[in-house]
Amino acid sequence: MSTMNTVGRPTAPVPHQPEHDYKHPTLTGGRGLLQDEHLIFESDGWFKTGVDLPEPRGNGSDLGALVRHDPIGLPGLSEPQAMRHYVRLSQKNHAIDLALYPLGSCTMKHNPRLNEKMARLPGFSDIHPLQPISTVQGALELMDQLAHWLKTLTGMPAVAMSPKAGAHGELCGLMAIRAAHEASGEHARRRKVLVPTSAHGTNPATAAFVGYTVVEVAQTADGRVDVADLASKLGDDVAAIMVTNPNTCGLFERDILEISRLTHEAGAYFYCDGANFNAIVGRVRPGDLGVDAMHINLHKTFSTPHGGGGPGSGPVVLSAALAPFAPAPWVVNDGDSFRLVEREEDEAAQAFGRMCAFNGQMGMFVRALSYMMSHGSDGLRQVAEDAVLNANYIKARLSDVMSAAFPDGPCMHEALFDDSWLEGTDITTLDFAKAMIDEGFHPMTMYFPLVVHGAMLIEPTETESKQELDRFITALRALAAAAKAGDVERFKGAPFHAPLRRLDETRAARAPKLRWSAPEGHNMAAE
Amino acid sequence: MRYLPLTPDDRTAMLAAIGANTIDDLFVDVPQPARREGFVDLPRVSGELEVERALVALAAKNTAAGTVPFFCGAGAYRHHVPATVDHIIQRSEFLTSYTPYQPEIAQGTLQYLYEFQTQVANLTGMDVANASLYDGSTATAEGVLMATRVTRRNKAVFSGGVHPHYVRASETVVHAVGVETVSLPAAIDAEAAVIDAIDKDTACVVVQTPNVFGTATDVTKIAEAAKAAGALLIVVVTEAVSMGLLKSPGEMGADIVAAEGQSIGNALNYGGPYVGLFACRQALIRQMPGRLCGETVDADGERGFVLTLSTREQHIRRDKATSNICTNSGLCCLAFSIHMSLLGETGLRKLALLNHDKALATREALAAIPGVEVLTPRFFNEFAIRLPKPAAEVVDALAAHRILAGVPYSRLAPGTGMDDVLLVAATETTLDADIKILAEALTRVLAA
Amino acid sequence: MHFTKDHEWVRLDGDVATVGITKHAADQLGDVVFVETPEAGKTVAAKDSFAVVESVKAASDVYAPVSGEVIEGNVALATSPETVNADPEGEGWFAKLKVSDASQLDTLMDRAAYDAFLATL
Repeated sequence: MSTMNTVGRPTAPVPHQPEHDYKHPTLTGGRGLLQDEHLIFESDGWFKTGVDLPEPRGNGSDLGALVRHDPIGLPGLSEPQAMRHYVRLSQKNHAIDLALYPLGSCTMKHNPRLNEKMARLPGFSDIHPLQPISTVQGALELMDQLAHWLKTLTGMPAVAMSPKAGAHGELCGLMAIRAAHEASGEHARRRKVLVPTSAHGTNPATAAFVGYTVVEVAQTADGRVDVADLASKLGDDVAAIMVTNPNTCGLFERDILEISRLTHEAGAYFYCDGANFNAIVGRVRPGDLGVDAMHINLHKTFSTPHGGGGPGSGPVVLSAALAPFAPAPWVVNDGDSFRLVEREEDEAAQAFGRMCAFNGQMGMFVRALSYMMSHGSDGLRQVAEDAVLNANYIKARLSDVMSAAFPDGPCMHEALFDDSWLEGTDITTLDFAKAMIDEGFHPMTMYFPLVVHGAMLIEPTETESKQELDRFITALRALAAAAKAGDVERFKGAPFHAPLRRLDETRAARAPKLRWSAPEGHNMAAE
Repeated sequence: MRYLPLTPDDRTAMLAAIGANTIDDLFVDVPQPARREGFVDLPRVSGELEVERALVALAAKNTAAGTVPFFCGAGAYRHHVPATVDHIIQRSEFLTSYTPYQPEIAQGTLQYLYEFQTQVANLTGMDVANASLYDGSTATAEGVLMATRVTRRNKAVFSGGVHPHYVRASETVVHAVGVETVSLPAAIDAEAAVIDAIDKDTACVVVQTPNVFGTATDVTKIAEAAKAAGALLIVVVTEAVSMGLLKSPGEMGADIVAAEGQSIGNALNYGGPYVGLFACRQALIRQMPGRLCGETVDADGERGFVLTLSTREQHIRRDKATSNICTNSGLCCLAFSIHMSLLGETGLRKLALLNHDKALATREALAAIPGVEVLTPRFFNEFAIRLPKPAAEVVDALAAHRILAGVPYSRLAPGTGMDDVLLVAATETTLDADIKILAEALTRVLAA
Repeated sequence: MHFTKDHEWVRLDGDVATVGITKHAADQLGDVVFVETPEAGKTVAAKDSFAVVESVKAASDVYAPVSGEVIEGNVALATSPETVNADPEGEGWFAKLKVSDASQLDTLMDRAAYDAFLATL
């Protein structure tokens, strides 16, 4: 059997009866402000609609047998019912606007509402991707301006704007690398991509997806890429290295210049995962580190909202060597006007293809530019400094009660702890995280990176005040004290105060139930 | 800076707690040559007023669809979105939450994903749907890859009616993986031509209905032929509202449906963000890409929802994952789901009929113009016409009169001998007056 | 019964080998939620990946300990994957192979050697 993930976590709740009843059941399932809310499919609304539309004329349809007659199975809700349904659901979610959301490597920062307002200007939101170019000059100018900011901040000469998320950007970057090797006739030989063991899962997934063999690079005891190991694996069969910097342990790769020099000497390209750009924006330009391609998660560093898991946006900055292979479309600034290169010919003859149907995540571009303009070059440098300061403050204030994975030297924008401090308590990282929920905080990233046992990765971001950080630190210190004092009960059964207790993931996966189905005899036909 | 809460005093106190003298002490690991002093060459901090002024000025340089007679489609459609939708998706708990990895405090997101999956499954007529992909085009590429995993075959055949950008986006990705593609020549009404291209290596055939020319097709026979040959049928839908009037892909035998969900709940946004709908038959779920939300119970036995079957995904399988996808289109799914809940079956059917009505009325007006030939035999809300002049020139001439007349096919696929073809779409937002203005202006432009 | 370092077990009965994963492997995986077993008629070489086992937190390939032709995959695991946890070295078997070279078993560990191997992990 192949390697097992032995640092995993329990996935089904253990039956647990707390000594005192933390949650006295109510008669209706409601709990104060928290309403018990059914599925829309269990509503009384199978024949209702919350949208008033004019009567169709129904004239001259020649669709004949193509017309759909069977019931579709879509309940309708009047507007007040719909509003309540979704507001009730919303109250079961944690959110940045509610409290600290310290998910390491996710950069959960404040989402300014000015960005939302700007993205909704009809001049941006109500334009079609295939309108005549003369009617979207402002949109192209905005894309050009955003590209300018991204290129200037990264010190890179080009950027592909169309990738729709970070992983899509990785795909774009690796395909540009592959196209460059194909153009130079070296693709057949260069079949490997080197990825450090601490990398985010998307890195090896992307490399394998594009057809490369993934070779892992060892990590040193201080949490960095093992340069000697890297050097021994580099050769004329390597297409690229994929390194996250700052890395997933929250550390800056001290030997990054040596890493890029060795990589280029071997004829390979340096793909940098830009997920952690927030730590260095305005202070370090990836172009100065020898990076050839790096995706930028606009939904991390540049504050476009995570929205419960998307949409994201992942423009990829490219070095001069890779720029000719960028995918269509892109914007060209002709001085007095802007145009869109959509065809893979002439100036785009070497483009490796197309990432998606249209022009990328325009709505996210507006938000990101709004954010960048608001901060300016001075504000963005302060972003990196405050993000790093906040993380180091947390690390400093918790290191005496929890075990920092890499205690020596500063961390960057996130602080990594392992679970060695929980040894002998019978409490796991997962238990600790679930107890944080009861204290009103979202857990940190757990069990990632895989190189640290029982990892707890805390990224506060720069938009937390010292007061909020102190509140968080106080809570974690109290929990740590409880764990060490043997208050196992508090952790094993947690959360007690969340809308739900621990969920049974094993049951969900063994017999997947992925949709609501009508019970026997249910009439879901519309009239 | 209004978004940064730390004061100079805070920073001093925190540095002291850390045991650092200056902020530079925290950046010591950055090698000296890469450290930048001072600010990069970009404008400095701006207040809301300045930013708003600058961006409003940029927005004003664009012609918003709602301000002119508007007939563009070809994979993105202008529909009315109820005010409730945008209000709800801007609630903090939806807008500013992360992927629901902690289900105890993310039931709001998880429940709407479960409802979304059910709505999409029912709309497409399939057994199950995932929690969305980036957009319709990337969903199509994922569908092809999934078909190669399921069949262990290595070739995909695209009909000549599939949106050229969908074909190109799919080719780009699947070629990188080593999958072979056959793309049939552009054809107004020939989805069934894929049948002749099926051989023993064919993993899937990809057809679109309504296709890029608007033609609606009953794909039942294609499904039968694919099944007989051991291949899968992928049905692409770029106008989700069409499924409120037309037979669902599932009813016609599709194995996988890859659709663009933008039409429901989401604005045009110049091409993104959109929401990729992805549905398939139950037997194929282990090979499905993207996030899936499933029902389970909590420790007290209460119903709840979790992300499930995640071993398919990159964060666990890493280089063995079914896809490298990480993000989905969370908030766009929510917009889709709210709009769909408001419409309900009654509203959706009515909306679809209204769209069809408007398109028929537009066809009638344009067909009467000398030199205009309607090419699409059966359509939902979009059809192709042949003009006596290059379509791009005509569109530009009409744009100069503030009329957005549609999408020239040459914009999608130049040099395919269809430079005189114009794709014209109408929706419930199209006014009778708009149709009249278009017909009169087109008559004048063609006569000139 | 013989064992591999990749935590598969194999039990020979005539020229038919029954193959599964060890109790140690099943415990490490946690709750098994999905098993994909090979179809009859497939020929596999020793160390080929020939089955997949998934828990909620991990997915692993299972390798053939010996070469041979698959006679039968344990289809019951498709609907009750929990059997792998409950009885990994019995009812939770993955496949039966018609062994092409029984001498390959000599390269594998016996129970004592495997237990000693586990102690070193």
